[in-house]
Amino acid sequence: MIAEETRKLPLNLSKEKNIDLYRKMLEIRCFEEKVFELYAQNLVPGTIHLYTGEEAVAVGVCGNLRKDDYITSTHRGHGHCIAKGAQPKRVMAEILGKKTGYCKGKGGSMHIADFKVGMLGATAVVGAGLPIAMGAGLSIKLRRTDNVVACFFGDGASNQGTFHEAINMAAVWKLPVIFVCENNVYAMGTRQSTVMLVKNVADRAVAYGIPGVAVDGNDVLAVYEAAQKAVEMARKGEGPTLIECKTYRHKGHSRIDPAKYRPKEEVEDWLRNDPIKRFKERLLETNVVMEAEIQQIERKVSAEIEEAAKFAMESSYPAAEEALQDVYA
Amino acid sequence: MRKIAYREALREALREEMRRDATVFLLGEDIGRYWQGAFKVTKGLAEEFGDERVRDTPISESAIIGAAVGAAITGMRPVAEIMFGDLTSLAMDQIANQAAKIHYMFGGQAKVPLVIRTPFGAGVNIAAHHSQSLEAWFMHVPGMFVVVPSTPYDAKGLLKTAIRGSNPVFFCEHKLLYPLEGEVPQEEYTVPFGVADVKREGSDVTIVATLYMVHKALNAAEELEVEGISVEVVDPRTLVPLDKQAIIDSVKKTGRLVVVSEDCKTAGVSAEIAAVVAEEAIDYLDAPIKRVAEPDTPIPFSPPLEQYVIPSEKTIMKAVKEII
Repeated sequence: MIAEETRKLPLNLSKEKNIDLYRKMLEIRCFEEKVFELYAQNLVPGTIHLYTGEEAVAVGVCGNLRKDDYITSTHRGHGHCIAKGAQPKRVMAEILGKKTGYCKGKGGSMHIADFKVGMLGATAVVGAGLPIAMGAGLSIKLRRTDNVVACFFGDGASNQGTFHEAINMAAVWKLPVIFVCENNVYAMGTRQSTVMLVKNVADRAVAYGIPGVAVDGNDVLAVYEAAQKAVEMARKGEGPTLIECKTYRHKGHSRIDPAKYRPKEEVEDWLRNDPIKRFKERLLETNVVMEAEIQQIERKVSAEIEEAAKFAMESSYPAAEEALQDVYA
Repeated sequence: MRKIAYREALREALREEMRRDATVFLLGEDIGRYWQGAFKVTKGLAEEFGDERVRDTPISESAIIGAAVGAAITGMRPVAEIMFGDLTSLAMDQIANQAAKIHYMFGGQAKVPLVIRTPFGAGVNIAAHHSQSLEAWFMHVPGMFVVVPSTPYDAKGLLKTAIRGSNPVFFCEHKLLYPLEGEVPQEEYTVPFGVADVKREGSDVTIVATLYMVHKALNAAEELEVEGISVEVVDPRTLVPLDKQAIIDSVKKTGRLVVVSEDCKTAGVSAEIAAVVAEEAIDYLDAPIKRVAEPDTPIPFSPPLEQYVIPSEKTIMKAVKEII
């Protein structure tokens, strides 16, 4: 066995940090698989947009954030919530429309927020989160704190006018925002290459005079490293960065989508390129963790998600007339 | 009492609230030290509070409101100016889907204390893209208050209430009102939301009017007085919340209702007020409700065309006489 100090740790992160990244990704994967399972049992009202396959993005970015930093999220947002530190059981309860959910059942899968951990909410309007994240950045600047905002959005959102307006404003005012594009190749069923001539969303950063980087979004350490640099810049008041993470959703766009528009070979390639599998292999190859430890983590995470699902299923629905509450503060 | 213009009253409210609370800041196009606002409401404020708190923005309405939303949910009290009310359409998602819904959608976790100030109204020959009255669009969005001050006194007091509150406020101004002078006390006061003001007492007919139409209604009332018709003019001052009781009380007294509003008639402000009275006070009516509003056309440019579509003293008097 290799002595602890001679192990080659990826990115010089501590063992704990590596495990933390792995664990979080696994937590999101298990969570989403559980959501899918509950959905199949007809326990999830409405629709779902699963984050399965994209875990390295949320985890790699949020791994650089403090509790008092902010994020904004999207309709595909369960992973963002968990990566930022929201409790899976309350996320699950919200997805099931229960009173114990973060939004008391008023938001559901596409509109979850946990302000206590800086999760400023998901918006189900594609591209709507960018101006809000920028505004949170403006607030940080005006309040003179050293917080940052990470703004998650997809390749589809990068074709909205709000992408241009928000990034331009963040750039010209040097706001502490990290714009994180999760490029999963398809905006619903529309392939990126059919709606954009540029190959990389990150190339658009040039138009705003800010750094733009495209990274392998299925490599959690690549995402982590890019985000680390962007977060450092933002904290120092040097302005925003656009990070594009190339990734892929394992499932269709939403619950009803069998994703037949995706070539079989492409799907298979990406499934082989699974971010969790890759990171696990890397951790084992570099001897950061042993197989037994991984198994222990997997068992623990799986049990926790079971517990979260149980909590959500056993929680009550809100009383019908609560529909009339919370319209105004 | 001293008299100041409507735009000065608004400016005083902004200045006093910015002095009182460091989290209040302004953002919008050309509101800063160079242009000082398209209607000069923010004149002198950048000099006092600096460019950070009186922030000129790019021409990006959606991002202006989005910035206000993001700032509001993280501890600030932004007051965003949209240069013309017509341009709120560019920011509609941020106003209607984000600002107004965040508190509810997230189960009450977040407060969204922001104010969107914008001028509506026709009468200065700037045609279809700078003259509309779109208050009703925003009345249809639960979660937001809609404020419609007609006098300098109301403008100042309501703006202070808007800034101090915990909810998004859509604050409608009227471009013909900016130079209008009126009494405004030196001392501190606020005007609460949801409390109508009877601008003129009368006994034969109630006119409910808002913004610039209040003044046309008052002029019409003067002329009708000469003809022996006593008109009560009720100004709701806020459309959301609407002081239904004040309107109903007036209708109980007069038995007749004319609603005057500068927006299009179909599904407009006047439709809502008429519906409230029809639903809750029809037994007190001695005649059908009359509505005086703009016909359902875009606002035309040429002066005779524009004047034709805007409610006037003449059309208000005609409506009153039809039910007397």
